[in-house]
Amino acid sequence: MNLTRRGALALGAGFAATVLLPATALHAAVDEALAKFTGGAAVGEGGITLSTPEIAENGNTVPVSVSAPGAVAIMLLAEGNPSPGVCTFNFGPLAASQSATTRIRLAGTQRVIAVAKMADGSFVQAANEVKVTIGGCGG
Amino acid sequence: MISRRDFLQATVAASAIWGASGVGKWSRLAAQQVLTQDQLLEFDPLGNVTLIHITDVHAQLKPLWFREPEVNLGVGDVAGLPPHVTGADFLKLYGIDSGSPHAYALTYEDFTALAGTYGRMGGMDRVATVVKAIRAERPEALLLDGGDTWQGSLTALRTNGQDMVDVMNALGVEAMTSHWEFTLGIDRVNEIVESLPFPFLGANIFDAEWDEPAYEPYKIFERGGAKIAVIGQAFPYMPIANPGWMFPNLSFGIREERMAAVVQEVRDAGADLVVVLSHNGFDVDRKMAGRVPGIDVVLTGHTHDALPEPVMVGETLVIASGSNGKFVTRLDLDVREGRMMGFRHKLIPIFSDVIAPDADMAAVIDGHRAPYQAELDEVLGTTESLLYRRGNFNGTWDDLICNALLEEREADIALSPGFRWGPSLLPGEPIRREDLMNATSMSYPAAYRSEMSGELLHTIMEDVGDNLFNPDPYYQQGGDMVRVGGMGYAIDVSKPMGSRISNMTLLKTGEPIDPAKTYVVSGWASVNEATEGPAIWDVVEAYLKRHGTVSVEPNTSVKVSGA
Repeated sequence: MNLTRRGALALGAGFAATVLLPATALHAAVDEALAKFTGGAAVGEGGITLSTPEIAENGNTVPVSVSAPGAVAIMLLAEGNPSPGVCTFNFGPLAASQSATTRIRLAGTQRVIAVAKMADGSFVQAANEVKVTIGGCGG
Repeated sequence: MISRRDFLQATVAASAIWGASGVGKWSRLAAQQVLTQDQLLEFDPLGNVTLIHITDVHAQLKPLWFREPEVNLGVGDVAGLPPHVTGADFLKLYGIDSGSPHAYALTYEDFTALAGTYGRMGGMDRVATVVKAIRAERPEALLLDGGDTWQGSLTALRTNGQDMVDVMNALGVEAMTSHWEFTLGIDRVNEIVESLPFPFLGANIFDAEWDEPAYEPYKIFERGGAKIAVIGQAFPYMPIANPGWMFPNLSFGIREERMAAVVQEVRDAGADLVVVLSHNGFDVDRKMAGRVPGIDVVLTGHTHDALPEPVMVGETLVIASGSNGKFVTRLDLDVREGRMMGFRHKLIPIFSDVIAPDADMAAVIDGHRAPYQAELDEVLGTTESLLYRRGNFNGTWDDLICNALLEEREADIALSPGFRWGPSLLPGEPIRREDLMNATSMSYPAAYRSEMSGELLHTIMEDVGDNLFNPDPYYQQGGDMVRVGGMGYAIDVSKPMGSRISNMTLLKTGEPIDPAKTYVVSGWASVNEATEGPAIWDVVEAYLKRHGTVSVEPNTSVKVSGA
């Protein structure tokens, strides 16, 4: 049973674009980090799974899991943070699996992006919208 | 050989015909004034498995009035689809005559007049009669409770949910899931869970520190020669929509991959039928049913929708059984060769004047109420208006609460959360303490009074609006829009977050809300710890006692567009 979040992503990405586009400075920082990691290579999709909550229970500590079988490195970016770079996981040849889980702080509703460098030098990415809310009123 | 799809469609058609004839018959019966218990329970049994579903009782033990919403907008892909259909459109969609018992039970039109004709609905003693009758015919019927059971009344508050626990145990519930249960606090929840003779299921409830499942995810029952897996799905946004500090070590979330993994696990364990007992809310469940393969039935809850027919998502049935004890669903299934081959469904309306109370259950209920009877019955005032809560933007109960907050707390603006629980009162009725507590009873009732900038108010309105109108159901929390007193606004539900809310106006001056200016705001049910203020019911009681008789003017201060 292989489920991806792509359906949710398609919606989330469009939504994010409207909200975050004005933040051109942030996008420049994201583009820069991406360019540095990929060396300008094209980035594809598939082969990478990013798991995040749709709505963060606590924006100060948001659980993020990423898995990309066959990756040698995975970079995480928080697109809307003042400093988008989160971390890069490097996997040696003896790593049992190319997956990692961490908790990150998100300044507000934004996309979290994971980019994996595969063993053959190609790149793939996944991105999820994570909403950071000030709290609502449950039914 | 007939395929599964053909079979289902054949049964759907049969069910629709059956349902329609049932509705038509009701109308004729009503005209003849002979609505009977036998007719309400009438059911042509099918297959080998029977599920009984009740959800979102909100501690309502006694028969009540409950007006269904006039405004219940859907956005994105689900605009105009059930349950986002109300009033005359709802009657037309399901072929129900206006003025009929079904119209009274399921829609808002002519509510006051029809309430006089058909009487109160619900009452757990009547529900017990229905459950017993189904079990007499189908001894192996499986009774499932969708949660929001232990909160919503004075007696549930005072007994920390014990009245509801005892009632649901006596009813013979066999599994439940949860939402407001956790507002009793984690220690009390765990104390009750240890005492329950049935599992408290929540595949999506995790220990926040260790990221391990915190409660049983599912239970497999053997009924009618079939293995039935019941997977629990608690309300996903528990720590966001309700005070997380009351259950600090738990994490929830939709966790779609987890649901898929659990479905696979129960299928691998030999389940012939997979039922998700959910508190996701209707739109979240509809989306999940379309994305997680292998679920046969979703018994949905949280959003309080009552639908007379299942909604099909592929070959998955999504069943919405209403709230407040107004309805019980009976779902008969033909489960063979490891598959669901057909179904027959009935949303049984609990007309309290037609269905006889079960004496044993009535004794349990009255036993719990006796110590509080005088308090429950105390009359605090009278209402000249129909008081109801449901509706996306406002309801007269919350208008009354906002008026009380504005006056008693001397505020410019009042906020009342968009809860969907809370029964109705008819014009001319006394407002007893029980009625007030039914609309306010909960464990974090402090009515705060604080200063907020116009900018912050706008941010709050946008944030809550997105919880309701984000086009992706997975980002919705399932309540209604925060109710506002003292301030008008316009909302375009089709816009993205940040640009839905405009024209915020301070009603007492008619001036636009200034983002830079501060306003005195009073509200209740803050999710923040250590919120200070009197309990909301004390605020409203003081207001009622001062005014004696209250009436609530029609609320025209919210302008809605984009639907």
